[in-house]
Amino acid sequence: MADIDDLKPGDEVPSRPPRQHRLRAGLGLVLRWEALLVVLLGATIAYGASVSPYFLQSTNLFYICLNVGEVAIMALPLTLIVITGEIDLSVASMLGLCGVAMAELFKHGWPIWPAMIAAVALGAVLGAFNGFLVTRVGLPSLAVTIGTLTLYRGIAQGILPTDTIGGFPAHLTNIGVVPIPGTHIPYSIAFFGALAIVFAIVLHATPLGRSIFAIGANQEAAFFAGIRVKRIKFWLYVLCGVLCGFAGVLWTLRFASARYDAAIGQELYVVTIVLLGGISIFGGRGTIAGVVLAVAVLGCLQTALTADLVPAQDQQIVVGALLLASVIVPNAGDLYRRARERLRSAGARRHRAAAVQAESR
Amino acid sequence: MTTIAEEKAVLEPQQRSHHVAEVLLRFRELGIVLALVLVVAGAAIVNTNFVSLTNVQQILSGAAIIALLAIGETVVIITRNVDLSVGSVLGISAYATGVLYVHHPHVSLAVVFLVALGVGVVCGVVNGAIVTIARVPSLVVTLGTLYIIRGIDGAWAGGNQVNASMLPTSFNRIGYGTLAGIPYLAIIAGVAVAIATYAMRSFRTARDFYAIGSDPPAARLAGIPVGSRVFLAFVLSGGIAGIAGAVWLSLYGSVDAIAGVGYEFQVITAVVVGGVAIFGGSGTVLGAALGALLLNTINSALDVVNISSFWTSAIAGALLIAAIAFDRLIAVRVAPALRTRRSSRG
Repeated sequence: MADIDDLKPGDEVPSRPPRQHRLRAGLGLVLRWEALLVVLLGATIAYGASVSPYFLQSTNLFYICLNVGEVAIMALPLTLIVITGEIDLSVASMLGLCGVAMAELFKHGWPIWPAMIAAVALGAVLGAFNGFLVTRVGLPSLAVTIGTLTLYRGIAQGILPTDTIGGFPAHLTNIGVVPIPGTHIPYSIAFFGALAIVFAIVLHATPLGRSIFAIGANQEAAFFAGIRVKRIKFWLYVLCGVLCGFAGVLWTLRFASARYDAAIGQELYVVTIVLLGGISIFGGRGTIAGVVLAVAVLGCLQTALTADLVPAQDQQIVVGALLLASVIVPNAGDLYRRARERLRSAGARRHRAAAVQAESR
Repeated sequence: MTTIAEEKAVLEPQQRSHHVAEVLLRFRELGIVLALVLVVAGAAIVNTNFVSLTNVQQILSGAAIIALLAIGETVVIITRNVDLSVGSVLGISAYATGVLYVHHPHVSLAVVFLVALGVGVVCGVVNGAIVTIARVPSLVVTLGTLYIIRGIDGAWAGGNQVNASMLPTSFNRIGYGTLAGIPYLAIIAGVAVAIATYAMRSFRTARDFYAIGSDPPAARLAGIPVGSRVFLAFVLSGGIAGIAGAVWLSLYGSVDAIAGVGYEFQVITAVVVGGVAIFGGSGTVLGAALGALLLNTINSALDVVNISSFWTSAIAGALLIAAIAFDRLIAVRVAPALRTRRSSRG
């Protein structure tokens, strides 16, 4: 390999490993995690089909998608944030607050479209507040977003304590009832699909995407490589806020009403999708394809469990276990290696001790 | 090149400004007490009933439960981890205690608290084992167990409720009884905080927690069994949350599947407001307990100044963010001050 010092300006820096190697590494990744997800998805569908004869019908597809639409949209920006090695636990609270804000504005005489746009703009502000605290003040994202999880939900509760606001125009609230004409796909999952394609291109095929991976792999190295770490992280938080605001609008329209506790606790589902999708919690690794598969798995699983008459709190156990499994399983190989090494070193020690004993005799 | 005298002249004004920050850092507990006095005085001016015996007793009892949970959470956070499952552990232990009384009305108090402790320890062992053996971030693990334990609680309890009438008077008295005007709960929490404060200062194991939180690789190199200490921290947190569950039941008298929902945020807020660094390695149990008291006092004061109690969680969130931002500010100001002092001594 050419020495870095020998390179002239303008030469292409050999930052990528040889093509064949890359191919094998890429193939290995697909074989490891995404394949596992496909198998899991097949198993979930088989389970669903065995529980209910209607599971595989196309109208059921509509309900499967409808249930996960908003959560899936929020999972996309969180994916990027987790890849940079940060976290945002406030996603569901941002959804709730933006939904409440939209409904309040509508109640106070705003036309529906400006109210919806204002809700998304509020999402940008909320996300920017998270991003400011994390990047400019330098606070740990875990603590910040636990704080804003409580803060944003608390503001929503303060604004709209016990009432429900409804009365939105029927042609908009229909998105929770009717699919896109001519298909069985609800609007929310169509938005998710379009966004997922954009996210996949940006993450896997642009310099910005490589920068995001680089930040997650080694923040300091990325900084010294000239990547604007703080700026990228800040805008990712803003993006997350915007999409959570958008999800809040969709959620409010789907239920045709706004309450302060909309989507409360749904951060569990969003984080589960991201980690089940093979995004490393330590940052620097993962694919959008994995996240899309994880959305499909979770959507099918939820609907299948409901069809199997499993109550909501038991579903929580299943999803929580899925979250734990999706962080433990990738570590299992490492765990096995460590255990074997420990055994081997213990064996070697015993061997040495025996040898020393034999010599002293 | 500058001479030493010149360097000193340059450093001097900076040092003075660091001095204020350093005092603030050293006397975090004092700052919380000051804030407490301000809140109490402000609320008392608006409504003298705020400092009535009943209201003070209520504040102390409510704070006692958060303070108990805060002890365990402090230990976990000091090791640079976090336990989000404390609210769920409290809930399931409270329900277990209630069910125990329904089936065995004459069971002794010691057995009840042992069962509560056992439930909590089992949860703590699960958390600790996953965190230390699988080497997974505690945030994700305890977010998972937060919902798993709550789900088990919900599946077990269903729509059932254990009422005060099903509990013996001796047990309920723990919740409402007082000694010389001080609620039993406050005494329990006070004793627990005193023991924990002593232990965290003096025991070698407890000093290991601080060492691990300051620098995990260094702690490992220093021969500290990091894994088993972190495991112990989670077991302690779980066990304490278990006991807090029994105490919670004695205070509120009835328990269903949603007991303690959202407590984890109050507890973490109390701990961080109390000066425990979220990065681990520093903080005291006393500070965390005072943080719990401050949080409960503010909540109670809100009612007095006619702010709807629906705003309480917004205020808790704002306090948490303010506290970590303040800590960060202090750290940025004090770290250079300490460094210059050390170098001038050496």
